[in-house]
Amino acid sequence: MSVLVLIDHEHGLLKQPSRSAVAAATKLGDVHALVVGQSVGPAAEAAARLPGVSKVLKADAAGYEHALAEPLAALLVALAPGYTHLLSASTATGKNVMPRVAALLDVQPISDIAGVEDADTFVRPIYAGNAMATVRSSDKIKVITVRAASFDPVAAEGGSATIEDAADAGNTGSSRFVSAELSKSERPELTAARVVISGGRGMQNGENFHLLDPIADRLGAAVGASRAAVDAGYVPNDYQVGQTGKIVAPELYMAIGISGAIQHLAGMKDSKVIVAINKDEDAPIFQVADYGLVADLFTALPDLKAELERA
Amino acid sequence: MKLLVPVKRVVDYNVKVRVKSDQSGVELTGVKMAMNPFDEIAIEEAVRLKERGIATEIVAISIGVAACQETLRTALAMGADRGILVETDAAPEPLAVAKMLRAIADREQPRLIILGKQAIDDDMNATGQMLAALLGWPQGTFASKVTIEGDTATVTREVDGGLETVALSLPAIVTADLRLNEPRYASLPNIMKARKKPIETMKPADLGVDPAPRLTTLKVVEPAKRVAGKKVGSVAELVEKLRGEAKVI
Repeated sequence: MSVLVLIDHEHGLLKQPSRSAVAAATKLGDVHALVVGQSVGPAAEAAARLPGVSKVLKADAAGYEHALAEPLAALLVALAPGYTHLLSASTATGKNVMPRVAALLDVQPISDIAGVEDADTFVRPIYAGNAMATVRSSDKIKVITVRAASFDPVAAEGGSATIEDAADAGNTGSSRFVSAELSKSERPELTAARVVISGGRGMQNGENFHLLDPIADRLGAAVGASRAAVDAGYVPNDYQVGQTGKIVAPELYMAIGISGAIQHLAGMKDSKVIVAINKDEDAPIFQVADYGLVADLFTALPDLKAELERA
Repeated sequence: MKLLVPVKRVVDYNVKVRVKSDQSGVELTGVKMAMNPFDEIAIEEAVRLKERGIATEIVAISIGVAACQETLRTALAMGADRGILVETDAAPEPLAVAKMLRAIADREQPRLIILGKQAIDDDMNATGQMLAALLGWPQGTFASKVTIEGDTATVTREVDGGLETVALSLPAIVTADLRLNEPRYASLPNIMKARKKPIETMKPADLGVDPAPRLTTLKVVEPAKRVAGKKVGSVAELVEKLRGEAKVI
């Protein structure tokens, strides 16, 4: 049994959620990795070094540069006959393309799995993670996205897979990339960071989010936000942690001025240690926090910065 | 141009669901139901396109139990022109839903179908992409901005690293993300007017679709519960605990 994992990559580097997808795939069979894009040699080589990957398929063509759903789905469908399972991490790319692949194969996709029971049976969160469903698929090929926070990623090094070229499946031409406006940050990615510090509506405006910067720098943390803070325009959409934003499970999650709505908890409650700082002692966030501090964040954050610097 | 907007009836987003003791699912008896919030955004976008003179007719579709009529009435009160209810015994899976929507699209010939990016009950995030695949149309998922000009929809998408803009040849599929718009509340006069708008009812068989699920739910359980920890009295104490006790910094 062979399993194909679509790998997310950028600038020749693999995205950490894809290493979690490989970890999930190793429970299902012999793992092949699919690296798609333009000039993807370095990414394909990085994928070949992942432990557990026996073969890398490289699809290198101009039409794949922006990972548009239409050509990417056509490629996966062309490759599908050799596999029992097609997987991707639940990244923006994975969520965009995998259901399209599933429909073309007449398969019901299994989204955002958090556990593998056997080759047909998976655990996945429903209702914003307030329930965990165990589902068994009767489809002959399984199309799956993987909740990265639920699987420890495989190491970045240690494997030595062969690399083969995959045939170009062509581009339908019905969609076209126009532009991208990507946030630039020196900090780790939210879904890969060991520490995440997130601000909520309590931050009051975008300017105040900079109060989190020195603490994030000190801890090597990624900065996130609640939906309320993103909706209010304090920070861009890619900061959002929650049911419909990013799902994170860092070693340490610090919720600053976040009340703890169900949809936010859905995105962070699997973190190892949760800290909450909020001036409302009845805020629901304290019900999931390991350490809660009832305080005004505008005094607590400067104190926290000073305290961390004292080390 | 004609627009289709599918809407799903789900447990209201304010309700904290409870798992049934026999582990067969979540308790839905007596629970407040509402239109999926992302579908409200989809309807709102369609209504705005009509207000701007781009859309001429909006057809709302709901697939599920008879009570989905109410969800359609909400869509009609927000500004949809007519409704189609495909009545089923239970909520079908995204694959079957996408097949039924394809059959309706074949009949209605819309230029654009706007869906919510995901339903907040099964959290599948799949129907829009699947419908695009079945129709052979391009897709603009997780949209935060949609512009229609001539035969092209320009869609700004919320992606992991920020925003991405794609141009789609119509007909096309768009799925709505949170920041696309802020849905209106239906006014009382519009709620009254919506009662007179037509709703056509049909069955999956009328569309030639077998709604049998491909996934069997073996059990549904509560997730591991987090217990509330302790309150600390000061920032100094917090940092000391994180260093000495939790050892995470």
